[in-house]
Amino acid sequence: MGPVKAVRGLDSGFNDDVNDRMVSSIYRQAEVIASSCVKMAGSSIDLDRKIDDILTSKIYGYPIMLLLLSLIFWITLVGAKYPAEALYTLFFWGEERLTELCLFLGIEDWLYGLLILGVYRGLAWVVAVMLPPMAIFFPLFTLLEDLGYLPRVAFNLDSIFKRAGAHGKQSLTMSMGFGCNAAGVIACRIIDSPRERLIAILTNNFVPCNGRFPTLIALSSIFIGGALAASFGSMAAVLSVVGMVLIGISVTLGVSWLLSKTLLKGVPSSFTLELPPYRKPQIAKVIVRSIFDRTIFVLMRAVKVAAPAGAVVWLLANVHTGGVSLLTHSANFLEPFARLMGLDGMILMAFILGMPANEIVLPIMIMGYMAEGAMLELDSLMALKGLLLDNGWTLMTALSVMLFSLLHYPCGTTLLTIKKETQSWKWTILAAVIPLLAGIVVLIVLNQGILVVQSILF
Amino acid sequence: MRRSTENSSTKVQELVKKRFNVIKSPDSLVVALAGNPNTGKSTIFNTLTGLKQHTGNWPGKTVVQAQGSFLVGSQKYTIVDLPGTYSLLANSVEETVARDFLCFGRPEAAIVVVDATCLERNLNLVLQIMEITSKVVVSINLMDEAQRKGISIDNKKLESQLGVPVVPTVARIGQGIEELVQMVHKVARNEVIPKPRIVCYDPDIEDAVAEMTPNLEKILDGRFNPRWVALRIIAGDSNLINQIFEACEVSLPWAQ
Repeated sequence: MGPVKAVRGLDSGFNDDVNDRMVSSIYRQAEVIASSCVKMAGSSIDLDRKIDDILTSKIYGYPIMLLLLSLIFWITLVGAKYPAEALYTLFFWGEERLTELCLFLGIEDWLYGLLILGVYRGLAWVVAVMLPPMAIFFPLFTLLEDLGYLPRVAFNLDSIFKRAGAHGKQSLTMSMGFGCNAAGVIACRIIDSPRERLIAILTNNFVPCNGRFPTLIALSSIFIGGALAASFGSMAAVLSVVGMVLIGISVTLGVSWLLSKTLLKGVPSSFTLELPPYRKPQIAKVIVRSIFDRTIFVLMRAVKVAAPAGAVVWLLANVHTGGVSLLTHSANFLEPFARLMGLDGMILMAFILGMPANEIVLPIMIMGYMAEGAMLELDSLMALKGLLLDNGWTLMTALSVMLFSLLHYPCGTTLLTIKKETQSWKWTILAAVIPLLAGIVVLIVLNQGILVVQSILF
Repeated sequence: MRRSTENSSTKVQELVKKRFNVIKSPDSLVVALAGNPNTGKSTIFNTLTGLKQHTGNWPGKTVVQAQGSFLVGSQKYTIVDLPGTYSLLANSVEETVARDFLCFGRPEAAIVVVDATCLERNLNLVLQIMEITSKVVVSINLMDEAQRKGISIDNKKLESQLGVPVVPTVARIGQGIEELVQMVHKVARNEVIPKPRIVCYDPDIEDAVAEMTPNLEKILDGRFNPRWVALRIIAGDSNLINQIFEACEVSLPWAQ
């Protein structure tokens, strides 16, 4: 016991950076020895180095990352339009045929409503909204992964994460979170220090996962892209999605910093990151793998949740007490609070009902609005815009929904994963409460702030 | 008198090896096998030990430990496969396990397997290991892959630069393994005494090391490398320093 106590106060009179200085001395000497003993005839390694020098450079590193990210979103946004239109048409056609079938079979009204207007529509919306962007986004992302670009991203982001008191590898787990937050949380196992792993787990949800990208993409192409001329429109939509991603990353860093200064105090540890050689991606394999492993997987999960959710929403919308549906009751109940955040009761209701999977939040909203009477034929994104405008949406509402989608509790799957990984209810609950609080605060400040500014100006 | 100290020191050695679950007969020497991940370390381990292997866990850690035995002439060796790591700065359980074994496990020799295709990165670990123990043999593995990539390595020059024996190998086809084993045999029995190159640090660090070394030499009494211990003190690695001084059974100079 004695020596432990004594050494805790071990102070060599050196700053914290002494470790980094020692490591760089070792690296310098390894470089000197290697350069005197190794001759390289091949150019492949030199080429890799040259590419790395650009991709991980202090000047070009970040702009290139942003550019690549924007490019991926642009391709996704523009490319998803056409298959989406086709899917809307197909599902609408399917609904008509099913309706005819139900009429022919003489099915009861309530069962028709539950099955077709509830379950089928829910499913159709999930597939139509989700599938096209996923089928484009996933292969592109996998392509970048396959090229070996992701470790370079981690390398670039390492220093910022360190400054936030977190582990550099968190940039990798965060990147995984873009795919799926549950996967990102599991990936946090690569972080050895328990303190830094917890930070990474608690903040993983701040980057939008695939369940939320389609919501962001759909809303930004309707409200932000649609508000401008066609040529600028898709660019503006892309920029707003990129902006959401950047906000997500900033919040990740901010919250990591706060956590490392309060609940999870400590100094970040250093690590060696291997930059693997660049490989030519096997394009066919990438497409097959990303479609089967990711697209179908995520879609199936959404479908499994969407079918019962569709039924529940239909029931809530059609079971009346006192002449008003349960859904309206609940939405009305939430309305005052939701208004404070620039949302409405139905939106908040959709986020609550969408807890099992973020994919179904937008479809629930749509079903909710439609069940309230506005029975227009939803066969395109523009029809969706009409529906939302009819329900009082503005650009500000869309922005608030996008922000809330970014900043709210993780989905059920992710929360279960967090429980499994941390073995603690306390951290699991915090993982839900922290982002929710962040979202509520951001939205209230933003929306009330704008009101105040408006009242001063006009 | 001399005899008895020798006996007690072997006893200590045995105890130390027990701490790391090293299963061996008293007459066998212990070799540590270190290296970065993906350098063909396991291939070398399998080639050396064949079926004479035993896997378990490091005591108290959830890290897999593999050990095995081989013969050189009539001399028995027990080889302990350390977890593959990029450094020994103890940022992870794996690094702690590897460092502790090299430092407290007192292996008679340590093989460091390095990847010939990326020597520079691998040398970082070699330099760090050489700070802990001088009885190092470097095996430059994957020589065939390096050749295919047009990389040639001047072994003799590397040997003189590092100050420890360097043996080129292609573990996959068993090339160079015999030479490696012979060199390990020589180092373990002090027939070859490596003189590892010393990493130079910034002047202020070197000054502090120079200041501490004379005292440390007395305290450590040949059990640990004083320069390395001084460096760990400077780095503020209090956990490790505690263990080292506990092992030396000295009260700390700065303890009140």
